[in-house]
Formats: sequence, C-alpha cells, structure tokens
Amino acid sequence: MSVQGPHQVLELAKVSRTFGEGATAVAALREVDLSIRAGEFVAVMGPSGSGKSSLLALAGGLDRPTSGGVFVESTPLGGLGLNELARLRRRAVGYVFQDFNLVPTLTAAENVALPLELDGTAARKAQRQAIDALRQVGIPELADRFMDQMSGGQQQRVAIARAIVGNRRLILTDEPTGALDSTTGHGVMEVLRGRADAGAAVMLVTHEARHAAWADRVVFLRDGRIVDQAAAMHDPAMLLTQAGH
Amino acid sequence: MSIRHSLLALLQDQPRYGYQLRVEFENRTGSTWSLNIGQVYTTLDRLERDGLVSNDGSDGEGHVIYSITAAGKAEVRNWFAAPVERNNPPRNELAIKLALAVTLPGVDVQAIIQAQRVASIRALQDYTKARRDTAANQRAADTAWLLVLDSLIFQTEAEVRWLDLCEARMLQQAQTAGQATPRKSSNGVTVEEAAPLIADSRR
Repeated sequence: MSVQGPHQVLELAKVSRTFGEGATAVAALREVDLSIRAGEFVAVMGPSGSGKSSLLALAGGLDRPTSGGVFVESTPLGGLGLNELARLRRRAVGYVFQDFNLVPTLTAAENVALPLELDGTAARKAQRQAIDALRQVGIPELADRFMDQMSGGQQQRVAIARAIVGNRRLILTDEPTGALDSTTGHGVMEVLRGRADAGAAVMLVTHEARHAAWADRVVFLRDGRIVDQAAAMHDPAMLLTQAGH
Repeated sequence: MSIRHSLLALLQDQPRYGYQLRVEFENRTGSTWSLNIGQVYTTLDRLERDGLVSNDGSDGEGHVIYSITAAGKAEVRNWFAAPVERNNPPRNELAIKLALAVTLPGVDVQAIIQAQRVASIRALQDYTKARRDTAANQRAADTAWLLVLDSLIFQTEAEVRWLDLCEARMLQQAQTAGQATPRKSSNGVTVEEAAPLIADSRR
C-alpha cells in the first residue's frame, strides 16, 4: 500500500529497473524513493547513464519497474492495463521527449490538441486550449505550421505546449531546452515554473545548472541511486549574507 | 570593491553626509554589500586629505556635508573609464582547496566536488528565485539589484561548470592510471568533451 498523502502527485517507492539478465544485467535504477507534491518543481541531475531518463520513463508509465511501485495521484501504475494507462497518461501526464515525438502530418495546433481529442474533448475546445498552450510558449502565430516548416527550437516549443495543454497535473520533461537559445530556454523555464506555481508537479531532467536552479528541489542521481538533494533556502537574509561575503 | 570610488561617484550626484552615502550606496547596489559607517567616515577623511572632496561644514542638524572637487570628478571619470583590475590570479578558496586535495593522498576529491556542487546549486536556486521575484514586481530601484543577481547567477553557474570539468579531468587521470572508471562526470561532461575545454584553459 502506498502511504502517499492527497498532495503527492507522483510517488516512486523502492523502484528498481534492470535491463538484461544474468551476468550481462545492467541496473539502471536501484531502489529509488522519490515523491513530488502538487506545486513542486523537481530537477534531476546526474551523468549520462545514471538513470535519469529511466526515472522519467517509469514516472510517466512508459516503462515498468523490475520491482517497486510507481503511483500517479495515488493510482498504482502497475495495476493498470494498457488502455487505462494510456488514458491516465493523456489526462494527467504531460511528457516532453528529447526527440519531441511530434506527428509530422499534423499542424502545431493539431499536435498540441491531439491528447485532448483522443480523450474525447470536442475539437473546437481542444483547438482553443491548444492555441492557449502555444501562446504560453510564445508561438501562437505558428499554430497552422507543419513540423517540416518549423525550426528545431520551434518544434521543441510545440512539444512543451503539448505537455502542458489542458492543465496536466504531472509534467515530465527530458532536457526541454536542448534545441533552444538561452533567451527562449529561459522562457521555457518560466512556463514550467508557472505550471508548478499553478499546482502541477513538474520533473525536469537536465545537465544545465542554471535550469535546475529554477526547481524547488534538485535531486542528484549516480549509478541508479539518489546520492544528494538540494533545496533552496528561500531565506532572503541568508542570501544577502552569502552575496556579501 | 572600491569604497573610495563608490563614495566619490555618489558625491558627484550631489553633496551628502556620511550616513546618506551609506544608505544611498546600499540602495543602489541592492543591499548586496553592506557598508560599515566607520568605513564611510574613514574613507571621507582620506578623500578630503587627497583633495578629492571638500568638507562644507555642518548642515545645522549636526551632519557634516561633503562635496566633490574638480580633482574628485576627474578621479570618478578615470574610474568609470578604466576596466576593473583583476587580482591576478584572483584568490579563490575553492580552487586552492581542490588543488591541494588532488595532491594529497587519502582525500576523496570526488566527495569534495559533489559537496561543493550541492552547495553551489543551492545558492543558484536562491539567486534564481530572488531574480524571479524581483523581476515579477519590478520597480525602477530594482534594476541595480537585478544586475547584481545576474552577475551572481553567472558566477555560480561558471563554478558548477568548472566543478564538472574538474571531475571529468580527475576521471581522465584515473583512466590513464589504468583504473576502470566511467568516462563521464556527474553532470554528463564526457572526458572527450572536457579535453578541448581543458586545452582551452591552458592557453
């Protein structure tokens, strides 16, 4: 049984993930415990191969743990069938993939509206929400463009709009600023921070310290284990003492 | 930080007394560096001795008013025109600590790097939050504070990147020593990626 309270949006309990078997088995994650509350923004840092992307895939129900439990809003993902899992992902989870995973034959707005429409939202309403999400990431004017008419940075913003559309409660992002210049990257962090401030749980995997610094908590992974966590002090007096050294 | 030049620059604005100078300095630099009132008076004495300010006497309420002289204005012009002098090389306790750590047997350098990384990221989180809060309700007086925060954010980010590089460098050395270690630092900087950076820093 999970002991999570009403405000835990994501909980990973003793989650392990091993690839392969026997002598060639590789442990990507080893008994990781991690919870993210509503309104909390958590960044995950660590070397390539430390288990960051595995963690994100398990949190989003794209992969299943070898042992341990993953809970999204108290629902154990392990107990869901494929259809139920897909429904939960469409409704509650926004996911920004490193390679965007956008549909090339759809426009930007159609890509963003897709999870809503698959979930039964009327086309007009889904379209309206899609435009609103594109506005939040700063490209409402590109709503009718196809993917091959957009730059990598623009496609990345479409992917972020798709992850935040319809007030998802859990937003999972894997290096969401990779293809963006620093000003646009800053804008994306503002969007993610804004979603967290509005009550979503946000998990960001990143190599960039300046992006991780937008999070309430930074988790350091190494060899599949959480080795450290850093939380902001949020104490202005301490800040001045530090700066004035 | 040059208190001497900062006070002169403020006096170029208008004549002021010591306490006013202190308050004005702190307001304009976002209260980042506090000035001791004793430092202000000592500095004013020296500026007067050097002919850069003049003592205009009391304002009737017990405050001694100072104003800038022509020589003082020239000094301020030169200060703004010249690049800030770098202490060469700047004394950096972290760099000294790591330089000593790598040369001493039995010191877990990777643990030192990770402990510093956590502390630096925590500071970066605080600066980032302060910057966000300040930018959200920006008043004219906040511009100076934002500049100071940006500077702190860049410095701290550079520190974290440097730590990544140190770690990658150490892994590289461990490898050449024949030990089986992963080829990546904690933040995913590969030894191959670090190599040109290390070469750069040697130039």
